[in-house]
Amino acid sequence: MSWLLGVGQTRFGKLEGQETLDLMSSAAEQALQDAHLERSDIDGLICGYSTVLPHLMLSTLFAEHFGLSPQYAHSVQLGGATGFAMLMLAHALVEAGVAKRILVVAGETRATGQSSDSAIQTLAQVGHKDYEVPLGATVPAYYALAASRYMHDFGIPEAELAEIAVLMRRNAVLHPDAHFRDPISIDHVMASLPIATPLKLLDCCPISDGGVAFVVGWEKPADVALRIRSAAQAHTHQHISAAPDLIASGAGISSATALRDAGIDLGDVEYAAIYDSFTITLAMLLEEIGFCERGMAGRYVRDGYFDPNGSIPLNTHGGLLSFGHCGVAGALAHLVETARQMGGRAGTRQIAKLPKLALLHGDGGILSSHVSLVLERTS
Amino acid sequence: MQQTGWVSGAESLTYQRCGTCRHVWYFAREFCPGCGSRDAAMREAGGRGVVFAVTKVTRAPTKEWKAHVPYTIVLVDAAEGFRLMAHGDGDLQIGDRVRLTWSRPLGQPIPYFTRP
Repeated sequence: MSWLLGVGQTRFGKLEGQETLDLMSSAAEQALQDAHLERSDIDGLICGYSTVLPHLMLSTLFAEHFGLSPQYAHSVQLGGATGFAMLMLAHALVEAGVAKRILVVAGETRATGQSSDSAIQTLAQVGHKDYEVPLGATVPAYYALAASRYMHDFGIPEAELAEIAVLMRRNAVLHPDAHFRDPISIDHVMASLPIATPLKLLDCCPISDGGVAFVVGWEKPADVALRIRSAAQAHTHQHISAAPDLIASGAGISSATALRDAGIDLGDVEYAAIYDSFTITLAMLLEEIGFCERGMAGRYVRDGYFDPNGSIPLNTHGGLLSFGHCGVAGALAHLVETARQMGGRAGTRQIAKLPKLALLHGDGGILSSHVSLVLERTS
Repeated sequence: MQQTGWVSGAESLTYQRCGTCRHVWYFAREFCPGCGSRDAAMREAGGRGVVFAVTKVTRAPTKEWKAHVPYTIVLVDAAEGFRLMAHGDGDLQIGDRVRLTWSRPLGQPIPYFTRP
């Protein structure tokens, strides 16, 4: 059994004057404070990667910098799925008895640490170096290809995808740490700059700076007890050109496995933290996981189904689309918000019904790597 | 593995077919990703296919590509049974039957599809 002992998070956005290790340290300090732990209590450390600080040994680089001497350290790379993969790994290591209290840390100055061209070029490398990248392709273009087919097959108008961007922004408006807090309308999304049809600027997550950390451990916390109930992955391909199926991308497999291993049904889930790099990503994942029928996500959003006090509260911090995306820490903000909502600590964003069960889902590459987890509040 | 097809700078679209399990694939390698067999013959594609997905890119990744926006990227299902990424005419639609030509926006040939 493993428990989420504490979470920490910096503001997301353009954080001038900071470096990767600064943001990681700040988030880690907050996570330790939240968990009522000292540095010396930590015996395991898991980090991800930073595109602006490429390093062969980010976890031990951070350990030395922050002042940790763990008995276990490890860096993980799984694109956008890295954050939840680290949560799954921490859970598995604690359950296996490898470490008792594992600090997981991510952060980078993805926005201010490089030009946006540089970030776009780095990220495009998840495409095939010989067969895709030389065509001038980008991550938005890869997802736009998936979007064009998916929207064609299920008759989804662009304005319905825009509903998703508007909901994420409405949620972010309530969060003081979000990258974008100005309200937007469907018209704003539809009129935003074209990026790669059918995706426009406001269908795409921003490039942000930020850091997130959390601690997973073996002792049940005294106050709010959040247990990692199950975790599962699925990997069906790397490149969109080689995807066996856009309809069954792997999200359905990993989420069904996580739900089965938790012994629950999707209908038992009371909070959803789902990866949303683009509006189409969130639509496809919600539909494949089964929260709504194919092609219907935008309409469910419009009808309030995924509102903070709707049937399934979704990314109530604003998601990658509006809270921001700083790489590995990006999706971990979903975890921080989930923990705060489940613990009744979300302040003005607190949803009326404290969720007992949450489903988290991360996606890396071009719908390539999937990680799903079930989080449970036991007290 | 030595590069073949347009990736090596030639106006050529190649794919592979497994002599053991008949699996067909695009990204060159020395074995079949379906069954592991090394009977992985390289073949030249005929250049006909159907548009599976299409996007017009306005935000280009590099200075070189910015000079060419907007450009259209497609996924095409080749008649031989593999899928590839390529460029194509700006008015291509999903389901269009297309034919391969070549384009050289940055000097090297890249596959480019048009309606026949």
